[in-house]
Amino acid sequence: MSHTETPSAQPTARPTAQPGTGSVVVFAGVAKRYGTHLALTAFDLTLQAGELVALLGPSGSGKTTALRVLAGLESTDDGRILINGDDVSGLPTSRRDMGMVFQSYSLFPHLSAGENVEFGLRMRRVPAAERRERAAAALALVGLDAHYGRFAHELSGGQQQRVALARALVTRPRVLLLDEPLSALDAKVRVQLRDEIRRIQTELGITTLFVTHDQDEALAVADRVAVMRDGRIEQVGTPEELYTRPATPFIADFVGLSNRLPGVVRHGFARVHGVVLPLLDPSHADGPVRVYVRQEDLTLVPAGQPGDASSNTSPAGTSLAGTSPAGTSLAGTVLLSSFLGSLRRTSVQLDQGGTVVVQHDVRDRHEPGAAVVVRFAGAPVPVEAAI
Amino acid sequence: MTAGIGTARGVAHAPGRLTRMLILGGVGLVFAVPILAMIEFTLRRGLVGGYDFQRWIELFQNGLTGEYAPILAALVNSVGLAVGTVAIVLVLLVPTMLLVHIRFPRLRRTLEILCILPISIPAIVLVVGLAPVFSVLARYVGSGVWTLAFAYGITVLPFAYRAIQSNLDGVDVRTLSEAARTLGAGWAGVLLRVLVPNLRRGILAGAFIAVAVVLGEFTIASLLSRVNLQTALVVVSKNDPYSAVILSLLALFVAFLLLLAIGRLGTERRRPARAFTPTPTTSTSGGDQS
Repeated sequence: MSHTETPSAQPTARPTAQPGTGSVVVFAGVAKRYGTHLALTAFDLTLQAGELVALLGPSGSGKTTALRVLAGLESTDDGRILINGDDVSGLPTSRRDMGMVFQSYSLFPHLSAGENVEFGLRMRRVPAAERRERAAAALALVGLDAHYGRFAHELSGGQQQRVALARALVTRPRVLLLDEPLSALDAKVRVQLRDEIRRIQTELGITTLFVTHDQDEALAVADRVAVMRDGRIEQVGTPEELYTRPATPFIADFVGLSNRLPGVVRHGFARVHGVVLPLLDPSHADGPVRVYVRQEDLTLVPAGQPGDASSNTSPAGTSLAGTSPAGTSLAGTVLLSSFLGSLRRTSVQLDQGGTVVVQHDVRDRHEPGAAVVVRFAGAPVPVEAAI
Repeated sequence: MTAGIGTARGVAHAPGRLTRMLILGGVGLVFAVPILAMIEFTLRRGLVGGYDFQRWIELFQNGLTGEYAPILAALVNSVGLAVGTVAIVLVLLVPTMLLVHIRFPRLRRTLEILCILPISIPAIVLVVGLAPVFSVLARYVGSGVWTLAFAYGITVLPFAYRAIQSNLDGVDVRTLSEAARTLGAGWAGVLLRVLVPNLRRGILAGAFIAVAVVLGEFTIASLLSRVNLQTALVVVSKNDPYSAVILSLLALFVAFLLLLAIGRLGTERRRPARAFTPTPTTSTSGGDQS
């Protein structure tokens, strides 16, 4: 099974941030309420110097609130925010020394690209000559040195966000804040700019908080990803950790694409229609559960081909007391197969009930109605108690 | 050429060109006939018959002295009132609207109702309410004509509010102000360097409309016994209707110029982009212009 666009497709040579050149940012027990709604609660997170941390989560999970609280655009109701040990919770936004790129195009329409980039320097009373030199250098950094005199309405969306990035970086801020900066761009430009942000961030070694709801974006650019839900962090870890060892079923479901299958836990293993799978958390209590199996942890083999039969042993090589003979594959019928460019997704109706979606090599075609065997890779799975 | 309802330049149900011309011509006549009649009136040679510019020349030859001196004083009053009213719009209304827009968006509807309310209140009713306020005001700050600016500040609210709001709706002031703040600008910097330049058209339009309204206001000044251009014109008209009409025409002309200026603001072109090449650089990879 090979594919390039799935979240699991991590670049093998991930650029590493330059340590020590950025600032250390600490959220310590930060809480934020809007009326009775708790947008952030007991929010703890530390960004190491030069690190790029992505806040990932569904809408309303509090990720943008966390970023706005750090920027000073929202006040905190509780907790502290420290930058290099200094408590900045009480400082106004203008004195926090942050650079921020917004989701919507935020260039000042009455100023040219160069003047936009100069704005932060002007506020810091940098002499005009130096201001212009630094603004031009910042524009060159984002590849727009030829666009100094252009106004926002003369630039494409991607170019506007590049200028916004240059504007945020030119003051050499202590922290760079990116609030879904790519979400308004088309897919190709988004990937281009995403890689460019990572390149520049690595080059400058600036501590960066990147808010996004797009898991591909988060996994591709971040040193660490913090997944948020209901104003709290569910798990913080490297993209690989998060993907391969999700701490909760929510993360398993939110990061990557999983099948939710009914099963039973017995003695640290989950049994799904007779297939026995090891648990990520072997201490999980026995009983009925929902099992999360990644789409790419399943493979499809046409029925009748060698290797389609169940092995009738558990992945641990032990039979389980009180269960029927265990295997690693299930028979089914193809319902639908979708071509997605670099990969294919096929839905299979299992003979024992329920459907699974399998993500596989685009060259393997399975026509609807074809009898197939779904094989489980046997990777440890997260489960949650069935209600 | 199509008459009646049709499709003009792809806009469904747009009136045809002839219909538009007829509507425009009808509305234009409503405005033009009284003005032309006023001009014709000022050019009459009285019982002698015929037309000349004698009355216009006489009025300005003496530099508005003698019996016309009060007109000059009233004009100064009106200009002062216009300045005061514009100051109220700029100092009170603009920051309030921005504050509500950025920080208290839930209050937008309330502010809109408050600002539009004066247009539904007849001037005479407004004066009944204002008279006791002004009598108290007179005890503390005197009864100078400038105090009328407070009343005019209220009467121009609907016009100024609409002009500024339409500009405000087209600019993402919240994001712009937040961007400016993260770049180190304080609230004064945000207001003067970012918001006002981007709301310039709306603010200027509001200010010009305020000036036009103040220059044409009669009822409140008359009922509160203050002298402004319009009340002075009424006084003059009792002795010399010709001069009063000439001065009224001039006041109209000034208001017309102001409205023309507003129109030009709406179509003003941006200044051309400036190029800046401080040092040769090789990085030019940002070409994702679509």
